[in-house]
Amino acid sequence: MSVKVIIPSPLRAFAGKSDSAEFPAATVGEALSLLTGQFVALRKHLFTDDGKLRSFVNVYVNDEDIRYLAKENTPTKDGDIVSIIPSIAGGCR
Amino acid sequence: MAANTQTVLDKGPVTVLSNEEILRYSRHLIMPEVGMDGQLKLKNAKVLLIGTGGLGAPLGLYLTAAGVGKLGLVDFDVVDFTNLQRQVTFDSQDVGKPKTEAARARLSSLNPDIEIQTFETKLTSENALELFGDFDVIVDGTDNFPTRYLVNDACILLGKPNVYGSIFRFEGQATVFGMPDGPCYRCLYPEPPPPGLVPSCAEGGVLGVLPGIVGSIQAMETIKLILGTGDNLIGRLLLFDALGMKFRELKLRKNPDCPMCGKNRSIHKLIDYFEFCGVRGEEAPVSNLLVPEIAPRELKLRLDRGDDLYILDVREPHEFQICNLNGHLIPLGELPRRVHELDSSREIVAHCRSGKRSAEAVDFLRKAGFRKILNLKGGILAWSDEVDHSVPKY
Repeated sequence: MSVKVIIPSPLRAFAGKSDSAEFPAATVGEALSLLTGQFVALRKHLFTDDGKLRSFVNVYVNDEDIRYLAKENTPTKDGDIVSIIPSIAGGCR
Repeated sequence: MAANTQTVLDKGPVTVLSNEEILRYSRHLIMPEVGMDGQLKLKNAKVLLIGTGGLGAPLGLYLTAAGVGKLGLVDFDVVDFTNLQRQVTFDSQDVGKPKTEAARARLSSLNPDIEIQTFETKLTSENALELFGDFDVIVDGTDNFPTRYLVNDACILLGKPNVYGSIFRFEGQATVFGMPDGPCYRCLYPEPPPPGLVPSCAEGGVLGVLPGIVGSIQAMETIKLILGTGDNLIGRLLLFDALGMKFRELKLRKNPDCPMCGKNRSIHKLIDYFEFCGVRGEEAPVSNLLVPEIAPRELKLRLDRGDDLYILDVREPHEFQICNLNGHLIPLGELPRRVHELDSSREIVAHCRSGKRSAEAVDFLRKAGFRKILNLKGGILAWSDEVDHSVPKY
C-alpha cells in the first residue's frame, strides 16, 4: 500500500526540503511514523513529547479529516494521499 | 440558484440605482445571476475588512469595484517600502502614510459612490464586538494567530460570516467560517501553534502575487454570500499551491464539541488572545535568548585594528548573494552537522539578517563547548544602518 504524504511549505525545511514522500503504510499512524523516522526533525513539529499529534496540525486522508475517521488508526490504501495541514496565518505583513 | 446557497442579507433600505450606477455596473446587471436585485444587495451590503495589506489589497479593490455599499477598513499600520511588492492598493508616494488613509484614497478614486469607513486602530477584545456590530460580513485578511482567533470568536458571538484567507510563501488557504451550520476556525484549529514555530512573511517570504490570488478568492466568496448565489466555501477548505498551480479541497467539518460554535458553547466572551497564543503582547516573537553580543560599530573597530575574528554567517545561500560581510557561510539548519568546520580556539562572531538566527547559533555553539563566541546584535541590517550604508537592506 503505497501512500503519499504531502509535506506543507512551513514544514519542508525540516524534511530536507521535500514536498512529499511515499511510504508503504496500512494506517495514517504508520505513514506518519515512517515520515518522522525518515525526517527526524519533523517529529517535534508534528507530535508532542508524549507522542500525540499536535492540535494545530490537521491530518487528512484524501479530503477527510482523520479526527472524524479513526484518527491515527484510519486505514490507508494504495494511492491514498495523506495531507498535513498546519495552521498558517500570513496575510501578510 | 443552487440548493446550498446562503444569503446574508434581506432586502435593505436602498431600492434604487441611479442611471450612473446602472451604467457603471452594467456588466453585473446583464447577468441573470446578479441583475438589479443583486446589485441592490451589493449596494446595501456592509463589509468589514480586517487588514489592508496583502490580502486586503485585492479585497478592497474588487469589493469597491463591485459596488459594495459600505466598506470598513481596519488597520493600525503605516505603509512600508517592503509592502509595495504585494500590497497593490498603495503607491510609492504612500510610504509612511497610515494604510487606511492610503487605501481610502485609492478606493474612493476607483468608486466615489461607496461609503468607506476607516478604523486606524488595533483590533482588540475590547473593541471587536462594537466594531463588527455594524457590518454584515467580516473578511479576515490579518497576519497573526491571536487576531485570527479574535476575529473568529467575535463573528461567532455576533452570528456573522467570516470569510477567511491565509497565505505562506507560495501556498494559500480559503474558506468561509461563521455560518449557522458551518464550522468555525476553532473547529479546524482548536489551538494555535506555539510562537516561533510558524514563520511570518517577513521571516518566510511570500510571492507577492499570492495574496492577490487568495484575496481575490475571498472577494469572490464575499460577493457570492451577499448575492446568495453559487456554492460557497462553507465546510470546504480550499488549498492553493502556486508553484504547482494546483487547487485542492478538503472537507471542513463542524466540530460538535467545539467550545465556540458547538452544541455546548463554553466560550461566551472574548478572551486575551495573546495569552491564548502564548505571545505576550508581541505579534512577531522576539528571540529571548540571552547570548553574548557585539554591536556592529564595535565589530568594525576590532576588525579595523586587525583583531583575528572569524565571521560566521548563518543565513541561507540566496541571502549571502544579496549582501554579505565576507563571512563563512554555514546555514543555521546545517550547523549541527558542520560544527567540526569551526575552530573553537578562535574568536567567532556569528551573524544573520536581524540577529535572531545567529542568537540561536551562538546558543547552540556555547552548549557545544565554544567559549569565544559572540552574536552580532541586529545582524547585517544593523551593520547597514550603523556602519556601512552601502550594504543593502532586505
